[in-house]
Amino acid sequence: MIKIEHLTKSYGTHRAISDVSFEIKEGEIVGFLGPNGAGKSTTMNILTGCLSSDAGDVLVNGLDILKNPIEAKKLIGYLPEQPPVYPEMTVSEYLGFVYDLKHCTLPKREHIDEICDVVRIADVKNRLIGNLSKGYRQRVGIAEALVGNPPVLIFDEPTVGLDPKQIIEVRNLLRTLGKNHTVILSTHILPEVQAICGRLIVIDNGRIIADRPTDELTRVIRDSRRYRIRVAGPVNEVLAALRGVGGIRRVEAETDRDGEASTFLLESAAGTDVRRAVFFALSEKGLPIYGLEPVGRDLEDVFLQLIENGGELPAEKPAARRRK
Amino acid sequence: MFAIYKRELRSFFTTPIGYIFCAIFLCFSAGVFCYSTLYQMSADTTTYFTAMLFSLVILVPLLSMRSFSEERKTKTEQLLLSAPVSLTGMVMAKFLASYTVFFGCTLVSSLNFIILYTHAEPKTALILCNLAAFLLVGMAFLAIGIFISAMTESQLAASVITVATLLVLLLISMLNSLISVSWIRFLLSGLSVFSRYQNFSNGIFDVAALVYYLSLTALFLFLTVRVFDRRRYA
Repeated sequence: MIKIEHLTKSYGTHRAISDVSFEIKEGEIVGFLGPNGAGKSTTMNILTGCLSSDAGDVLVNGLDILKNPIEAKKLIGYLPEQPPVYPEMTVSEYLGFVYDLKHCTLPKREHIDEICDVVRIADVKNRLIGNLSKGYRQRVGIAEALVGNPPVLIFDEPTVGLDPKQIIEVRNLLRTLGKNHTVILSTHILPEVQAICGRLIVIDNGRIIADRPTDELTRVIRDSRRYRIRVAGPVNEVLAALRGVGGIRRVEAETDRDGEASTFLLESAAGTDVRRAVFFALSEKGLPIYGLEPVGRDLEDVFLQLIENGGELPAEKPAARRRK
Repeated sequence: MFAIYKRELRSFFTTPIGYIFCAIFLCFSAGVFCYSTLYQMSADTTTYFTAMLFSLVILVPLLSMRSFSEERKTKTEQLLLSAPVSLTGMVMAKFLASYTVFFGCTLVSSLNFIILYTHAEPKTALILCNLAAFLLVGMAFLAIGIFISAMTESQLAASVITVATLLVLLLISMLNSLISVSWIRFLLSGLSVFSRYQNFSNGIFDVAALVYYLSLTALFLFLTVRVFDRRRYA
């Protein structure tokens, strides 16, 4: 559906993106993930024809966005970072304008009413956009992208500025839309893509550093072999006892100490459950365990690692300490 | 394109700017008309049209300043740029919308002339000739204003630069008399908007001037399209 080949773009001497290539098939929900300033918005602006690239091609359903802009743009609904709304118009006037602008052929009133229901702005339809809250404006922006029912939807940080309840609503909406649209979604919020997207493209410093199914990344997270354990007793004794347990690759004492108990971080070798052995080893030495919990690695960890390792999944490498 | 035209035209009158423009335009034209014809008891409209021509320096930026700079500032231009509309269509729609307002005001202010017919016998052809020239100059000035507006995201900067540019274009001919180097004078008189206008005010329908104003309009609208094209590559 969308094919990007060797896209490069510089602003003056600053290279915003370099050699970005990917392909998105029909019906995919792809998360475009990266820290601020990684080149997400630039890529999306190029993808929608608002900006042109220095080199490379963008094909939407086989149509080149620069050579065949009008036909290609008809296939795309775009919500930029800042919703492109006119404050002096009412919501229904605005959507009517977008409808005309996109040369839609669907029945106008029904189509706009339907969209208003879907994004839940029916109650503010006759209010001026300038008087709406940020959350509502964002939803009017989403409505704008949906006008004309284009097969490809591109959202640049769609949940920014929404309250938690609205965020959940928008995520559900995106998931619903993903059933019969191709959706590209940019964000720097990890749980968001984890919740919605089937595939993740991770971008940093203008380069793609990973392009994988979300499952693959979350499997790494589930495969946690790290535990945080609180034990009462002298640190050195506990460390010695833990090091004596077979199957433990690494033990580290964490600095926070609360009365007599201290916290340790364990990492076991692949495929072994060391919890039982740890329990017996410590009880043998008379060191009571106050708590033992697995330390999940979330996408954030994986993401930071991807950036550090230049795209390799941290499957067998010791994980970085969780960022606090 | 028609959608943008419609929206633009409506936005002139859902924001105060359209009313401000019409009010200033009509008050000024009525005032000048009273002073230059009725008060002087003369049916000669030359002074009236010259004054109106100079009022364009202030009036045109009112219409043109927000056309693109506002869109750029509020990022709504991304909607237009990602919509299935050509850049030329977008620029033409904006231009035509502001020209419609200008044209409408000129028509309404032309009601002034009716009074002349009740008291004297003005030369209809001369008035029409002047009106046509006024509309043509307005067209060229609007195109220049829109071009300047496309280059900045500050309405204030757009309006100030537009005022300065239009003033220079009108005053070139006066400046010209101070210059003794003949080729510079030749060059400047070629650019002068005002000296071409004088033919019209003498009742000569100057085809060369017509071509000049139309090509000035086309040139600046083309340049505006290029600004957008170029910005995409910037």
